Amino acid sequence: MTASDQSVAPAGPRSRDQRRGGRHPGDLISQERRFGYLMIAPLLIVLLLITAYPLGYNIWNSFHKVDYLLPPLGAFAGFANYGKLFSDDQFVPALIHTLGFTVVSVSIETVIGLALAVALNKAFRGRGLVRAAVFIPWAVPTVVSAELWRTMFDPQQGFVNFILTKLHLPLASTTWLDSTWTAWAAILVADAWRNTPFIAIVLLAGLQIIPNDVYEAAKIDGANAWQTFRRITLPLLKPALMVALIFRTIQSFLIFDVVYIMTSGGPGTSTDVLAYLNWRAFFTLFDYGYGGAVSVALVVVALVIGGIYVRVFRVEQTA
Amino acid sequence: MTAPAATASSRPVARRVTRGRTPAHYLRRSGFYLLIAIFIVVSLFPFYWIVITSLKTPQEIAAGTTSLLPGHITFSNYVDDFTQQDFLRPLLNSVLIAGCTTIITIVLATLCGYGLSRTNIRGKPVFLGFILVANFFPIIAMVGPLFTVYRRIGLLDTYPGIVIADLIYTLPLATFLMSSYFSQIPRSLEEAALVDGSTRLRTVRKIVLPVALPGVFTTAILAFMLTWNDFLLSLSFLTSPSRYTATVAIVSLGQSPYQTYYNLIDAAVVIISLPIALLVLFAQRRIISGLTAGSFR
Repeated sequence: MTASDQSVAPAGPRSRDQRRGGRHPGDLISQERRFGYLMIAPLLIVLLLITAYPLGYNIWNSFHKVDYLLPPLGAFAGFANYGKLFSDDQFVPALIHTLGFTVVSVSIETVIGLALAVALNKAFRGRGLVRAAVFIPWAVPTVVSAELWRTMFDPQQGFVNFILTKLHLPLASTTWLDSTWTAWAAILVADAWRNTPFIAIVLLAGLQIIPNDVYEAAKIDGANAWQTFRRITLPLLKPALMVALIFRTIQSFLIFDVVYIMTSGGPGTSTDVLAYLNWRAFFTLFDYGYGGAVSVALVVVALVIGGIYVRVFRVEQTA
Repeated sequence: MTAPAATASSRPVARRVTRGRTPAHYLRRSGFYLLIAIFIVVSLFPFYWIVITSLKTPQEIAAGTTSLLPGHITFSNYVDDFTQQDFLRPLLNSVLIAGCTTIITIVLATLCGYGLSRTNIRGKPVFLGFILVANFFPIIAMVGPLFTVYRRIGLLDTYPGIVIADLIYTLPLATFLMSSYFSQIPRSLEEAALVDGSTRLRTVRKIVLPVALPGVFTTAILAFMLTWNDFLLSLSFLTSPSRYTATVAIVSLGQSPYQTYYNLIDAAVVIISLPIALLVLFAQRRIISGLTAGSFR
């Protein structure tokens, strides 16, 4: 390989280096660089083909009429597909549901995840096993969490109504997935059960890098537990908290599996969400122009959230 | 902190210990363990419920839940899943697809990670930025166009098609992990080999990769889990039941117009959760370190 590398004549901008004669640093650097490009090229090409290309395709579709049920396809449509987002009775409700769900689920999961992380950061016997037990829900597929909670909330087979009946509590004969608010509650539980551990994992990693002497200094200064948590733990945990929040916010915003399996957006369209609407646009409406517009909207929101993440991180790193 | 007390005399130490064990201390301590217990129960009880439901006979399912304990324990649902419901096929499909995706991910991410951490390529920040952004690309936004393209070039309902699509989940994370693992390896190790006349790729394979093996292993576990968990892509690109992955097959399992057979569904849920649960028990540290390293980048 060394021999063949030497035989490749450096061309163009490298000729200035060549004039200096022999194997000079410039040549080595450009060889090195070429090797580097070759190494990253396969992954970059694959990744561009499966992310950037579909994204571009969606943008093109969103400005054209690509409704497979109403050919001919491909006529320029201007902003008609985007206009449809706000004129039909599907997108706006789905958007409101999705935003509401995102805010509620991420808030609840963050509070519980923080408590979980703080608890698991304390030293106690059997901590390793407890951590494993608590993290297992995160590791199982979302499909499992959805099917599992579908069973749990089932009026006949479920644990929820069983225990409510035994304890003579209200709601014991609820068919949870058949009315709007109880269906949302079930979706929320399934989502929180699987994803709270993720937040806890990230926050626990953040807690572990806080040096112990900071806490000792606080103790000497006579700070109580709440003051220590409020003034020391939380500020030092901020980077980890941001990571957890942004990852979860985007994932939550794109919720699909749980809704598809537990409610299919029902009853009616009361638990419809953007990702599920987008999927239906492609696979039941066959309208790739409209679907493309929904996809572009989703990408924009996800990138805005991701952009905040990158920015906050750059600030954290330079600060 | 204990050092001065210990050197002074033993009495202050003893007093300190007894002062710690006031009733309030025990109350706090038991409150803490209660909290831990609640977390464990909430995490694991649903699994218990799934397991006992999966062990019920069809008659018990029809009768509804009457007890917290299993009644007539039967494994017939597991047998039915594998014989009548043909759940073995999707399970093998999942293993095959996740396995192939993991191998391709490791190869591509090893090359790319090495290129990123060791060579002086231009535009590294732009590339890293793209990878970071790719991490946040909504998978659903890839589905429509990929479906169109797949139908045109014949990748729809094929294993290669779904493996390529699954790379969306794995490549960004794997790239970050591999490049950070490579940057932790001292350069002197490979420089010695290069001086001895070994080629670059050979050096990566023979010298760098073995040292980075724990990192490769972590990346592989996470890639496998991410692919194993996929539902959306399999649902969209696999149309014939013989190619379904386990997650898609579960959804159509045990459904009839009149009743949902939770015993059959839950047996399948147990089957696909088991390998993951074992993985977490044995590779917990690795998974968590990979996950946090990946998200802190």
